[in-house]
Amino acid sequence: MKSAVIVFPGSNCDRDMAVALEQVTGGAPDMVWHRETELPEGVDLIAIPGGFSYGDYLRSGAMAARSPIMRAVTEAAERGVPVLGVCNGFQILTEAGLLPGALMRNAGLHFVCRDVALKVENDRSAFTSSYRAGEEIVIPVAHHDGNYQADGETLDRLEGEGRVAFRYAGECNGSARDIAGILNERGNVLGMMPHPERAVEEAHGRSDGRRLFEGLLETVA
Amino acid sequence: MKTRVYVTLKNGVLDPQGKAIHHALEGLGFSGINDVRAGKLIELDLEENIGDEQVEAMCRKLLANTVIENFRIEREAAA
Repeated sequence: MKSAVIVFPGSNCDRDMAVALEQVTGGAPDMVWHRETELPEGVDLIAIPGGFSYGDYLRSGAMAARSPIMRAVTEAAERGVPVLGVCNGFQILTEAGLLPGALMRNAGLHFVCRDVALKVENDRSAFTSSYRAGEEIVIPVAHHDGNYQADGETLDRLEGEGRVAFRYAGECNGSARDIAGILNERGNVLGMMPHPERAVEEAHGRSDGRRLFEGLLETVA
Repeated sequence: MKTRVYVTLKNGVLDPQGKAIHHALEGLGFSGINDVRAGKLIELDLEENIGDEQVEAMCRKLLANTVIENFRIEREAAA
């Protein structure tokens, strides 16, 4: 599986993402700088990592979403290439219009950095095929702007179409309907606030995130 | 030409920052505050030939996230 990790000024989980992808897929991903206008040919998976791209100026993810490489990412997503956005990556995907809604300041105003229990809602996507719907997994979060909001109609549609991938099992950041991760209509774009790349080996304390990458490897490659 | 863009959260969108400011004001002993909403002011210095529709396009494409925010444009009359 050929993967690419997009790197913005201020990304800080790009290397963790690369390590996770290399461990699971056996091949190191291409690191693609935000000024690039094209993705490596034949890329099977695009990962948009966590961090604080452009210092969160204007709004989290707002500047990154308008950077040159995002045009290529949008085109690839339209062709059906899987795109995984984690944390700041999720914020960038909503700002880019690839996913609905917005991620706002946590309801409690605090930066939340801890392990959280998630309920898997959808086990049919390329990203979640190695989980079982209803299963509870534990993956760390680390964010200030993870409070997912969208209008009621959008939330109903996301739920009705099975596009809520993960929900927080307990209160985390004030997200509408405890949404932690969502899919686009076609199911090839996943945005999630928790960091699966930080839970891929026993040394991390747990490895529930590893299965997300294993599922991808199985469905994509 | 000086142009001001005011970006505010839409009605009904929870504003945790506004809430925190509200609590802090009350903590300082100020009373009679019904609600506080925090927003942004963006000042642009534009060439004379930049029309209103272009400023509006800037707001829609970048300055405001219209999923959660409203914007209001205020243009200074030419001197």
